[in-house]
Amino acid sequence: MLIVIQLILVLAVVLVAMILMRGGSNARHLAIRRLMLMVFTFVAALSIFFPQMLTTVAGWFGIGRGTDLVLYGVVVWLLIFMATTYQRFRQTEISLTKLSRRIAIDETPRVWETDGK
Amino acid sequence: MWETSPVNRTWIVIPMYNEGTVVADVIRGLLPVFPYVVCVDDGSSDKSAQIAREAGAVVVQHPINLGQGAALQTGIEYALQDPKLGCIVTFDADGQHKVSDAFEMASRVLSDEADIVLGSRFLDDRTKLSPMKRIVLKTAALQSKLSTGLDLTDAHNGLRAFNPYVARNINLTQNRMAHASELVNRLATMKPRYVEHPVEIIYTDYSKAKGQSLLNSVNILAELFLR
Repeated sequence: MLIVIQLILVLAVVLVAMILMRGGSNARHLAIRRLMLMVFTFVAALSIFFPQMLTTVAGWFGIGRGTDLVLYGVVVWLLIFMATTYQRFRQTEISLTKLSRRIAIDETPRVWETDGK
Repeated sequence: MWETSPVNRTWIVIPMYNEGTVVADVIRGLLPVFPYVVCVDDGSSDKSAQIAREAGAVVVQHPINLGQGAALQTGIEYALQDPKLGCIVTFDADGQHKVSDAFEMASRVLSDEADIVLGSRFLDDRTKLSPMKRIVLKTAALQSKLSTGLDLTDAHNGLRAFNPYVARNINLTQNRMAHASELVNRLATMKPRYVEHPVEIIYTDYSKAKGQSLLNSVNILAELFLR
């Protein structure tokens, strides 16, 4: 049972990461991220008042303790975070490169216009 | 030696990062044959830019260090502004390429034999290689053959000559070392007429010290897969 949940979690990671990676930061993805944050906040608040709830939910998935469920959740979140951050970093690098290149080329005299050859 | 045709001008593109000690000789060797040399100074901390300018090259200066791939792309885009551009030759700053090889390759592009001529050190036995380096380069070539279907013997050779059509479509985005593999990938989709040309790589102590370490092939692979 544990291996099944692990496989499902890994699939979820790959899927969500791919979806978030592909679109970049358009409005739809921003909305999805905000919805996910709202759900997370709600669940986190609930779990403070009903600590047993997490263990119950974990039990449905065949995971022993609520703590383990949280741990798996954190691993999933971390992987998504890494994937999206990498993509964002890459985009920033591409923009920075284009900007630097434009500055560099604009500053350089166009020798073919002046040397008369 | 080289009659500069008014419509088919050849630009030499040299990416350069802290090569102040050698680049002047490289430029002086090139200028009698190729009067148009552009050095892309990739944010060097030494006086490379000034030295290259005094040696007679056009110098495009990146405000910050971006990587060799980015420098190549900048040089290509600078040369593409020249309306009389006929051929671009990429050339390393450390003196490991031969001007006569570059000349023969540019001639093959200008005669319209191919859209791109790629230098290869494995087509004859002039280049002396350590067995380990040979294995790494052969593996890289095999990897690019398997992933792109292009049968290139030396995909990581810095000496290449190509016409404006290829130059406009290369568009390198891998700033660091994976640009050579990226270029092969671009060629695989662009499908230009390509040929390989035997070239000699001169391994001086300087280029050996400066050149890619074997460990760097790990970085090349990682950058390629984590696009």
